[in-house]
Amino acid sequence: MKRIAVQPEDFDAAAELAALEALGGGGVASFIGIVRGEGGLVALELEHYPAMTEPQVDRIVDQALERWPLLGVTVIHRVGRLEPGARIVFVGTASRHRTAALESCAFLIDWLKSHAPFWKKEYFADGEGRWVVARAEDEAKAAGWQSF
Amino acid sequence: MALDILYFAWVRERIGIDSERIDQPDSRATVADIVTLLAARGGGYAEALDDPARLRAALDQRFVPLDSPVGEARELALFPPVTGG
Repeated sequence: MKRIAVQPEDFDAAAELAALEALGGGGVASFIGIVRGEGGLVALELEHYPAMTEPQVDRIVDQALERWPLLGVTVIHRVGRLEPGARIVFVGTASRHRTAALESCAFLIDWLKSHAPFWKKEYFADGEGRWVVARAEDEAKAAGWQSF
Repeated sequence: MALDILYFAWVRERIGIDSERIDQPDSRATVADIVTLLAARGGGYAEALDDPARLRAALDQRFVPLDSPVGEARELALFPPVTGG
């Protein structure tokens, strides 16, 4: 099972997990990213490259499927304006083996951060907007999977 | 040949538009050559594109290094390093 969605709407994490559990693998791993309300942040705006986003996420998911024995992968990434506490991203993997489920889930979120065309802009109470700067640490984490 | 150029995030904001079509100067031109050409327009273009080290690019919806030839591509996107997830 491969499910990829890029959407402004929220998602039902329990329903997504249930779909992965129903595959009968015995192991499901997941990650949910949530907007942090630090430093007076009032909203996060997620921009993306519509023609490229889904094909690119699809290629990243295919890499995970090639690398680990997975029964299912779900990636949902939200776009648009999100407030503190809102879910941004869901990554879920199902496998017969816990190592495959956990590792592929970590790989997917690392690669989504550094290899998918999304950009975050932070808005603060004073009306200021600031583009999030890519962290070298995230790039290094994603690169680490290549020699894995 | 016409080349569609797309801008995202602060590159889009500084230039002030999200896309435009240009006449590709030469099929051997690289992405970096196009960036230099656009930056030479000055104003917001210079502000957005003066420092290629801060830019990333995609040709026909695939990430490419800036020294890639544009070749037969129809769409070039210019943007800062991605920050999703």
